Amino acid sequence: MIYDTIIIGGGPAGLAAAVKAKKLGLKVLLLDENEFLGGILPQCIHPGFGLHYFKEELTGPEFAHRFIREINKLNIEHYTNAYVLEIENYSDLEKKVVFSSPKGVMEVWGKTIIYAAGARERHAFEIGIVGDRVAGIYTAGEAQTLMDIYGVMPGKEVVIVGSGDVGLIMARRFALEGAKVKAVIELMPYPGGLARNVMILRDFEIPLYLSHKVVEVRGRKRVEKVKVVKVDENLKEIPGSEFWIECDTLLISAGLIPNVKLLKRIGAQIDPLNGGPIVNEFLETTIPGIFVAGNALLINDLVDYVAEQGELAALGAKEFIKNQGILSRKWIELKRGSNVRILAPHYISGERDVYIYARVSRPMENVRVTFPEIGKELRLPVVKPSEMLRIKLKAEEMQKAEKEITMEVEKGEV
Amino acid sequence: MRYKLTCIVCPMGCTVEVEVENGRVKEVSGYKCPRGKEWAIEEVISPKRVVMSVIKVKDGKLPTVSVKTDKPVPKDKIPELMKLLAKIEVKAPIEVGQVILEKPLNLDVKVVATREVDSA
Repeated sequence: MIYDTIIIGGGPAGLAAAVKAKKLGLKVLLLDENEFLGGILPQCIHPGFGLHYFKEELTGPEFAHRFIREINKLNIEHYTNAYVLEIENYSDLEKKVVFSSPKGVMEVWGKTIIYAAGARERHAFEIGIVGDRVAGIYTAGEAQTLMDIYGVMPGKEVVIVGSGDVGLIMARRFALEGAKVKAVIELMPYPGGLARNVMILRDFEIPLYLSHKVVEVRGRKRVEKVKVVKVDENLKEIPGSEFWIECDTLLISAGLIPNVKLLKRIGAQIDPLNGGPIVNEFLETTIPGIFVAGNALLINDLVDYVAEQGELAALGAKEFIKNQGILSRKWIELKRGSNVRILAPHYISGERDVYIYARVSRPMENVRVTFPEIGKELRLPVVKPSEMLRIKLKAEEMQKAEKEITMEVEKGEV
Repeated sequence: MRYKLTCIVCPMGCTVEVEVENGRVKEVSGYKCPRGKEWAIEEVISPKRVVMSVIKVKDGKLPTVSVKTDKPVPKDKIPELMKLLAKIEVKAPIEVGQVILEKPLNLDVKVVATREVDSA
C-alpha cells in the first residue's frame, strides 16, 4: 500500500497539512515523535495564537486542539511515538519512510512527503558559553516543557540569555510562579521579541541588558553564577566590562535552527541564511515530491503562517500527484536585495499568486519595499528582524518578470 | 508621574508618554492613533492581563492542565490569583474550555482549561 502523502511532524504545520490533504481527498499518514500531537503548542500556554488564522486569540494548546479535533473527526491515520529514522527517495512517486515506534521499526511508502519536523533550539555551547558543566542550564523550551507539561519548577533565580519571544515568555512564566528573574541578556543593541512580549520586562521589573553576553558559568553541581560582558557595535567583547550575576538557573533562548538533518542526508539543497531547504512556490524542496512547511522551512514568529504553509504544502502534494510533478513553463528566482536576510520561496512560476515570507537583517523606519523587476512597491512604517514580513505577489503583477525578482528593503525618502 | 510606554496595539510600536497627576491623566503624547491613546491610558490607570498557568491534575495522562482567565484581570490581583491556582487540583478527564473556577477572588472572570487531559 502506498500513501498519497506522509507527513512528518504533528505540530501546527503537520496538523494543518494533514487536515488540508485529507480534505483534498488524499490518503494521508501523519507521524509524530512525541506521545501527543501538537508539537510545541501544548506547552505554549500563553495567549497570542490564531489572530490571523482563526480571527480570535487562543493559547497554544487551544490552537492545537482545533486541529487535533479535525484529525480525529476526519479519521486521519496517525502514529504518535513515531520517530522517523530515514527517508529514501526511490523515484518521483515512490518514497520510503522508516520510523521507530512502540511496535518496532516500521516502513511506510508514500508518493509525496510533507516534512514538518520543526526546529531545534540553539544551546549554550553554540553561543560560546564556557565554564563548569553543571545542572541548571536549560534551553527556554526545555524549561517550558518541565513547567507547563510536567509541573516542575526548574529553578528559583534565573538569568535568561536572549530577548526573543520564547525567552521573554519564559521570563514571565518564571516571574508568575514566584521565581526571581535577575536579568535578560541580549547580544544585539535591540530586543529580539515582539513589542507585546518586551512589555513583560516592565510588568515584572526585569532588567534587560542590551549589547551584553553571557560568557561563562560557574558552580559546583548546580549553577551558582554567570559572567556577563558588554559588547561593542561589532559584537566584540569589551575588556574590563565583565561582571557576575548570582543565579541557580541559566536559560538559553538564542534562536531556533530548522530541523533538516534527514532532508540534507538525501541531498535536498539548503539555503544557508534561512537554515531550511530551497523551495518553490508550493514549498517543494529540490527533491521532487518532498515538501516542507513551518519552522523546518524557515523560523516563523506566528503559528498562523506555519499553518498556512502546511496547507500550501498539502496543495502542492495534491498538484504533484495529479500532474506527476510541480510543472511550470519557467521558474523565476526570488532574490535577496538590501536588508533582506530570510526569504522564501526561492522559485516562483509567476502563474499563481504567492506569499513571500521574509525577514530583515536590521530594524528600519519609514521603509520602502520594492521588487524593481516588476515595478511593485509598498511602504511600511517600520520593519524589525523580530517580525516576519508576509507579502503577496499577484500573478498579474509578475507578468513582466523574466529570470528573477529581487526584494529590496530600503529607507523611503521622507 | 510620567510613564513612557511602547504601544502594542499595532507593529508600529509608538512611544507613548502619559503624564499622571493625583491618579488622573493630565497629558498623553506620542500616539499616532486613537486606539493607541486609549490603550496607553488604560495601561497606566488600570492595567489588565490575561493570566495563564498550569494546575495539578489527579489521575490524568499528564500531571498538569493549562488554564487561562477568560478575560483580563487587574494586574495587582495577579500574584494572589497565582497563589490560588497553585493550591487547587482537578480530576481527569478534562475538556478544553471546562470551567475550573468561577469568579476567583470575587473577580468577574472564569478560569478555564485550555488543554485536554485524558484519564490515565
